[in-house]
Amino acid sequence: MSDAAEMARSPAPARSAASLLAARVLQYLPAALVFVAGIVLWEFAAAGTGRRVIPPPSAIAAAFVEEGQLLRRATTATFIEALGGLAIGTVLGVLVAFSTSRWATARGILVPVAIASSAVPLIAIAPILNNWFGILNPLSKMMMAALLVFFPIMINVTRGLVEVPPAALELMRSYATSEWEVLRKVRVPNMLPFFFTALKVGTTLTFIGAIVGEYFGGTSEVLGRVVITSMSSGSFDLAWAGILLGSAGAIVSYLVVALVERLVIPWYASLQREAG
Amino acid sequence: MTAVRLADVQKTFPIPSGGETVALEAIELEIGTREFVSLIGPSGCGKSTLLRVVGDLIQPTAGSVEVNGKPAHQARLDRDYGMVFQAPVLFDWRTVEGNVRLPLEVMGFAPSERDRRVREMLDLVELGGFRSHYPHQLSGGMQQRVAIARALAFQPPILLMDEPFGALDEMTRERLNTELLRIWAQTGTTIIFVTHSIPEAVFLSTRVVSMSPRPGRITSVIEIDLPQPRTDQTRESERYFELVTEVRESLRGRVSSSAARARAEGRIG
Repeated sequence: MSDAAEMARSPAPARSAASLLAARVLQYLPAALVFVAGIVLWEFAAAGTGRRVIPPPSAIAAAFVEEGQLLRRATTATFIEALGGLAIGTVLGVLVAFSTSRWATARGILVPVAIASSAVPLIAIAPILNNWFGILNPLSKMMMAALLVFFPIMINVTRGLVEVPPAALELMRSYATSEWEVLRKVRVPNMLPFFFTALKVGTTLTFIGAIVGEYFGGTSEVLGRVVITSMSSGSFDLAWAGILLGSAGAIVSYLVVALVERLVIPWYASLQREAG
Repeated sequence: MTAVRLADVQKTFPIPSGGETVALEAIELEIGTREFVSLIGPSGCGKSTLLRVVGDLIQPTAGSVEVNGKPAHQARLDRDYGMVFQAPVLFDWRTVEGNVRLPLEVMGFAPSERDRRVREMLDLVELGGFRSHYPHQLSGGMQQRVAIARALAFQPPILLMDEPFGALDEMTRERLNTELLRIWAQTGTTIIFVTHSIPEAVFLSTRVVSMSPRPGRITSVIEIDLPQPRTDQTRESERYFELVTEVRESLRGRVSSSAARARAEGRIG
């Protein structure tokens, strides 16, 4: 039989590396142009309104140079808090998801608690966490970040473990296989795309959590404190430098997770490409 | 030899509003080894339920199900069943080869044996050239052939197929029908095949079991005496058309008698 004719969705023909690169450049060119135009506009607009409202990009760039030492230390400290929070929130979220999807009793107890935890106005909790874990201890900021990360991880991992096609479970049942094998061969691989989606959301949430935690006090050489103190002393350029570094941290973490996702579940990227 | 023996099998499901619906009633059926039996009937006649009862995926409410001389439950534990569903149910994260290897992995076959069987099965369904493809890179017909290869990989004596070609276009379906018969002849598996296509049932089967809904029961069993091997010529033979008509009438007979009853009741009311 003719398989070539039957191939309804044959993979795209291989293209040369150069033409792929050109396609990529073309794809991102508009976004890059808009970004550069935005910076230029900002520079001129800021000159008109005065540097107290919006410092021009050139002033922010200068702050990067002048306060390089401080910014580097602050970024490192905040980065550690954010990554620590991401790790704690992820591990807890995954553990709770595994137990709730496996045991109905755990589901009955933990899901309401988890939903309640997501309803807590987290900013209100930050001072309490500082009190519990020590205002100078980075752990207090990590816990703040972990609280934000926990919920999306838990919900998504649970969905990935539970939302398996019924026929797939019937198939495994017809193999007379153990629940453990079903978990290993079906539920976990099925869950991975859900997990990575949540982890990517988590990378931005964790920086928000860490920086909010810092606003409520602690060591001074962290991005949150740099923003607050430089605002109150009128160094808006330095405050903006801090904000930009915080965003850069979140973007870099996001990209790292996206890269790991590509490596761990390459089939998913290919599935997305063909669907899109 | 008897592969499957169903005696007075009954299955009722509770309905949410209270009460219960009778999905299967007084099912008596014997299927010999190497037979190809189709279950045919309108939606809701319980043919898929019956298939699942045989495969021990659903417990009957009453009656006995014996497979290869033992209870269906034991047969499942002995891995006597290969299953093919209407959807291919392939795992996105496994290549074609990986999908066919899955049952061999969970059943603990030695790695060298796994590789040998995967190769053999992919050759059997003529997908040798696609072993490294992911399922979404294949057409629906090819995906279903992978599912068949997977179901046969551990050489189960019985293959249970639940409308496996129902979602495919007519051309692909006819081609896969011929291919399935070739595989059946080559492997010597007993096949129970659920379908709602009359021509498909007649073309494939040694016997066609027609069923009627509410309650789901067997209305007739029709012997298909078309010569083997069956080919495209079979579909054009006179006997084929006669049998298609016979199966169609066996299905319609039930419908028209209940219509007559409805009319009669209407007159009384």
